[in-house]
Amino acid sequence: MKQPPHIGYLLHLADSALVLGQRNAEWCGHGPVLEEDIALANISLDLVGQARMLYQHAATLIGGNCTEDKLAYFRDGSEFRNYTLLELPHHGPLAGTAAANRDYATTIVRNFLYSAFMLLLWDALQAHEDAQLAAIAGKSVKEVRYHLRHARDWLVRLGDGTEESHARTQAALDHLLPYTQEFWSGADARTASLQAPWNAMVDEALEEATLQRRPSGGYVPRGKEGMHSEHLGFLLAEMQGLARQHPDAVW
Amino acid sequence: MNATLSRDAVQRAWAVLESVPDPEIPVVSIRELGILREIHERDGRLEVVITPTYSGCPAMGQIEDDVNAALAAGGLEATVVLRLAPAWTTDWITDAAREKLHAYGIAPPQHAAAGNVVQFSRRAATPGNVPCPHCGSINTTETSHFSSTACKALYKCLTCLEPFDHFKPY
Repeated sequence: MKQPPHIGYLLHLADSALVLGQRNAEWCGHGPVLEEDIALANISLDLVGQARMLYQHAATLIGGNCTEDKLAYFRDGSEFRNYTLLELPHHGPLAGTAAANRDYATTIVRNFLYSAFMLLLWDALQAHEDAQLAAIAGKSVKEVRYHLRHARDWLVRLGDGTEESHARTQAALDHLLPYTQEFWSGADARTASLQAPWNAMVDEALEEATLQRRPSGGYVPRGKEGMHSEHLGFLLAEMQGLARQHPDAVW
Repeated sequence: MNATLSRDAVQRAWAVLESVPDPEIPVVSIRELGILREIHERDGRLEVVITPTYSGCPAMGQIEDDVNAALAAGGLEATVVLRLAPAWTTDWITDAAREKLHAYGIAPPQHAAAGNVVQFSRRAATPGNVPCPHCGSINTTETSHFSSTACKALYKCLTCLEPFDHFKPY
């Protein structure tokens, strides 16, 4: 089947939204305080909603009997094109897979780094030549500014907070920042042009949060090419299990 | 169906859908919220255009069902179309609906003026511009950016000490 050229890009955007939506939803019922529990669930709802619109659009372009559910539930890990950053557990390096081992600083730092990036990207994608993608971007940009405001507020509060909250937030930043190299590696011109404004947003927030930005280097993740960390499989198993065991189930 | 009949059908559809309430905030209708965008006739069939609020709003499926049920009860049949652009904005909420929200205990949204997206996210909760819907005091504070639904933030009045929801500008 001949696919329009940007199907892969739509799936990359959709997978990123879905995988982070699924990750953040792990806090549902386990948030550090009730308000944060609700906030993370609401942010997940937005992300899953954005993923659905993107999958629906991709399914329409692919045609045949493709549906949003097929794209979300019946593709394997190596077919997912999300950034590796988004599939990592809510914990520092060498985390087990136990979902109970969650660190809120990791959650906040990831949401900050990613929503700052997506704010710029959705804003730019409103001018995309695919009118439906531009329309999705027009809605998503309104949502991601609230996600960023939430994450940025907490980044500052935790970074410029107690000795422990500062140390944990700095550790989360040191752990996650190198994964953001994937935003820029082999990026198209539209995305590449966002690196300078993204750096400015990050640096400004880190300064206010009294956090140090250490130089990134080493391995550049390749999740957007389908080469993922060991963590994606566990996430997908949980997310896709029901749909695969009961493929024709209806709500 | 001839043209005269369909014009009548469009008017009847508006009359029927006018009163369909929002499933989450039933004091206002989907028309007043700006969710119901258009009703027209296409190829001899009624078409109702609705637009989603937040991308993930779980009420959208319910709204579509409610629209279909209301039309069926009015003896009408229509295709319901979901349109994304232009993106829904809280600026479309009518003045009457704002008053209803206020009376219901939800502080209505301020103007959504897009402005600079980066500056928006840097500005933390802006105190003073969300008056308490219970006592009218402007001495209020944001408890949480998110509340019972994605479209609301949780506030507290520092004068009467009552918590309340604020419909966020979108």
